[in-house]
Amino acid sequence: MFEAIAFYLFAFLTIAMFFIAVTTSQALYALTALAAGMIFISAFFFILGADFLGAVQIVVYSGAVMALYAFGMMFFDTTRDVKEKNGNKYIVVGLATISAVLVVAIFAAPIVSQNITALYPMVEGAGNTQEVGLVLFTKYLIPFEVAAVMLLVAMIAGIVLAGKQMDLSLTLLDDKEIEEIKNKKMKKVL
Amino acid sequence: MEFYLYLALFAPLAGSLFAALFGASPKTLIAGLVPSLLLLTSFVSSTILLVHILGGGAPIQVEMMTWMATGDLYIPFGFIVDQVSVTMMMVVTVVSTVVHFYSIGYMDHDKGFNRFFSYLSAFVFSMMVLVMSDNFAGLFIGWEGVGLCSWLLIGFWYHKESATWAANEAFIMNRIADLGMLIGIFLVYWNTGTLQYAEAFALMPELPTDILVLMGIFLFIGAMGKSAQFPLHTWLADAMEGPTPVSALIHAATMVTAGVYLVVRANPLYDLIPNVGLFIASLGAFVALFAASMALVNRDMKRIIAYSTLSQLGYMFVAAGLGAYWVALFHLMAHAFFKALLFLGAGNVMHAMHDELDPFKMGGLKKPMKWTFIMMTVASVALAGIYPLAGFFSKDLILEVAMIEHHYIIYSVLLFTAGMTAFYSFRLVALIFHGEERYKLFGVHPHEAYKFMLIAMAPLLILAVIAGSFKMTYFEMVTAVLPATEYHVHSVVTYWIMTIGTQLFVILAIAFAYKKYANSSVKVPDGTSKMENRLCYKILSNQYYIPYIFEEYLVKPYRELSTVLWKHVDMKIVDATVDGIAGIIYSTGEKTRDMQSGNLSTMLKWMVAGTVGLLSLAVVFGLAVRYSAEIKAILSGLGV
Amino acid sequence: MMEIGLNHYLILSTILFTIGLIGVMRRKNLLLLFFATEILLNSVNIAFAAISHFYGDLTGQMFAFFVIAIAASEVAVGLGLLIVWHKRHGTIDLDSLATMRG
Repeated sequence: MFEAIAFYLFAFLTIAMFFIAVTTSQALYALTALAAGMIFISAFFFILGADFLGAVQIVVYSGAVMALYAFGMMFFDTTRDVKEKNGNKYIVVGLATISAVLVVAIFAAPIVSQNITALYPMVEGAGNTQEVGLVLFTKYLIPFEVAAVMLLVAMIAGIVLAGKQMDLSLTLLDDKEIEEIKNKKMKKVL
Repeated sequence: MEFYLYLALFAPLAGSLFAALFGASPKTLIAGLVPSLLLLTSFVSSTILLVHILGGGAPIQVEMMTWMATGDLYIPFGFIVDQVSVTMMMVVTVVSTVVHFYSIGYMDHDKGFNRFFSYLSAFVFSMMVLVMSDNFAGLFIGWEGVGLCSWLLIGFWYHKESATWAANEAFIMNRIADLGMLIGIFLVYWNTGTLQYAEAFALMPELPTDILVLMGIFLFIGAMGKSAQFPLHTWLADAMEGPTPVSALIHAATMVTAGVYLVVRANPLYDLIPNVGLFIASLGAFVALFAASMALVNRDMKRIIAYSTLSQLGYMFVAAGLGAYWVALFHLMAHAFFKALLFLGAGNVMHAMHDELDPFKMGGLKKPMKWTFIMMTVASVALAGIYPLAGFFSKDLILEVAMIEHHYIIYSVLLFTAGMTAFYSFRLVALIFHGEERYKLFGVHPHEAYKFMLIAMAPLLILAVIAGSFKMTYFEMVTAVLPATEYHVHSVVTYWIMTIGTQLFVILAIAFAYKKYANSSVKVPDGTSKMENRLCYKILSNQYYIPYIFEEYLVKPYRELSTVLWKHVDMKIVDATVDGIAGIIYSTGEKTRDMQSGNLSTMLKWMVAGTVGLLSLAVVFGLAVRYSAEIKAILSGLGV
Repeated sequence: MMEIGLNHYLILSTILFTIGLIGVMRRKNLLLLFFATEILLNSVNIAFAAISHFYGDLTGQMFAFFVIAIAASEVAVGLGLLIVWHKRHGTIDLDSLATMRG
């Protein structure tokens, strides 16, 4: 009973927030709605007993990602109204609806739901965080490490692309211009 | 010995390739000389092989390489030099060597000099493959190779419409016959499982007769095309559009005899089916008479000789059909020598008369062209079969064969034809070399050919005279592989009556020809004389209206059918389908260009559309798997 | 109705995914387009967590973790690229980004 009420409440809130995030013309509203939606999603994770995942959701999304977006927004100066030309709305809605129906049909098909068996069953008598740790550092150790490397690469990439020489970007210069800059640097050293 | 085999086979190819190097450059003597010398090498090698075989050596068989090996099908490039093929090799190399050297003079002023030698040597190579192959597949390669070279050489002067037409006619007629040949070869393979002569013929006696008859008939259809037997004979006369040395080599001495060679080679097969043999003999006799009658009135020097070739091929088929294979091969050899000589002589005359072909416009040429006169007279005497020249031994032998085998109708036809042969040969000689010097009316100043051309012809002259004396040596050699039936008329009296009678008949025909055409009253016909308006003359000079019939009843309906098919089937169905497919692809491209506008937003939409498509496929397949039993039931209900 | 099962979560996930798709298709501002992709990723995460819960299998949660890691990387790199683009062209409108036109 309690679970059902919680589910419907958060389902409604999430859908509403995401709907606003998608449709509003105010970038600030969109950002706020998105952040709210993320936090509501973490509620589902808690309901489902995935406490650790819920915590990560709040920390990573609502903390890190939203902060990044916020900074980005300030940089791009999109606080005012976003003007967008929109094409045929019916195509957009139609395609989305059809795909939704199809996905539901696939999920609901007995052939899918009946064939799922637990590969890594929950460990009895351990908390969710403990279980996650057990699986993550045994079976998924290598993907975990790879993900860590990927995050490192992404971080460096983000810093290189956005941070270095804010008035000048190496990636968008051709070889000649890069050569000139190098020569300038050499002169400075000399 | 294998070395000589390869040398004999590949020297002409080397010559051809060498001459081909100069194909696009202006005339160089070396392009003619080198192939000729290489051919001489080939001739010498063939002679060495002949000596080897004559000396009782075993036939040489080599397998150069595997050509095809798939499953049970195994076809090697194998060659054999046995008594039969060595005879053919000698004929081919002798005549072609002479023709090569002769051509250096004959083609002297021609722009295509280098090209000519390339083609000519390529022809010799193909012919060598044809006669030396030890299996039907190799034979077929050579068969097609000579067909191709013949086409190239007939159409050598491709700027002349008539030459290209004649080349195409020859090629297409041969193609029709080759289909028969190919079916014959397939039949051999299906029923014996091999294409090697020795193995296939060894298995044949066990096969049912009707299959053997089919094989024999289809192989003979191929032979009919190559050897220009009725009704596929029209191409040979038209093939005279080619240069005269080509006519001498291909359309008299070698290629057209390939059909005879095939029948001789397949003698174990034809021995099993005497009825087909009888048919071949009858057809041969018919063609002999038929061609000789056309030669009687023709007014084209080369065509007369071509018809005479046709007639002589008929003789050969009579002999082969009656089972006297060695006689056929012997006549083939003798005929090659004197017919090539005759053609080359005609080439000299043509040169002297500036390509004039009508013998009525010549006359009295014996003074300016003494040697050519002698050579052509000797060749004609040999052709007529007067003792002791080559033709007497070979041709009279065929008459005897017909007599001994009790085919009296064939015998009398052949005898009559022998008279006609003598008549038209000497009609030609009389018109060209005797009588009044009519050429003066046309302002021509004839001159004798180059000396080296005459010397080149000399070997043929000698062979035409003495070839008959090889008869017994030849018989002993060749009967090692061919049925050794000696043909002797049992009663001595009959023999002498026959021989002397034939000789007298022939001499009378010659005398008649001289009387009629060697006097001073012969005029250039203008279509007004009484004889020219006779029905039989018209029929003969129009070649029995056979080309006309072909044109009217085969070519024209076929052309109309083709036009209908082209306009209605090809354009409206085949082309429309192809164009339609292209059109659909083009218009799809045009219409889907908008997709690739470079606008990322549009692309995202298309991406979603693609996802939807894939998802629906997933659903469809999921349903299909879920309800597979029901779907199968429905399909089986529909009868799928 | 009151008993919440796997299908409820899956349908919720699908609805959110559809909202994300709509966003992806109609947004022209690149930053807002990124928001829509975040919605897509999150909707999938819900489905993963739900399946993980109802089948007693932790694999779903593992995948959700990796999805979050990928989302974080994507934001970092994507924003970096956006900044570069904005520096060059002064706009982050999708319609101006037509260098792929053939």
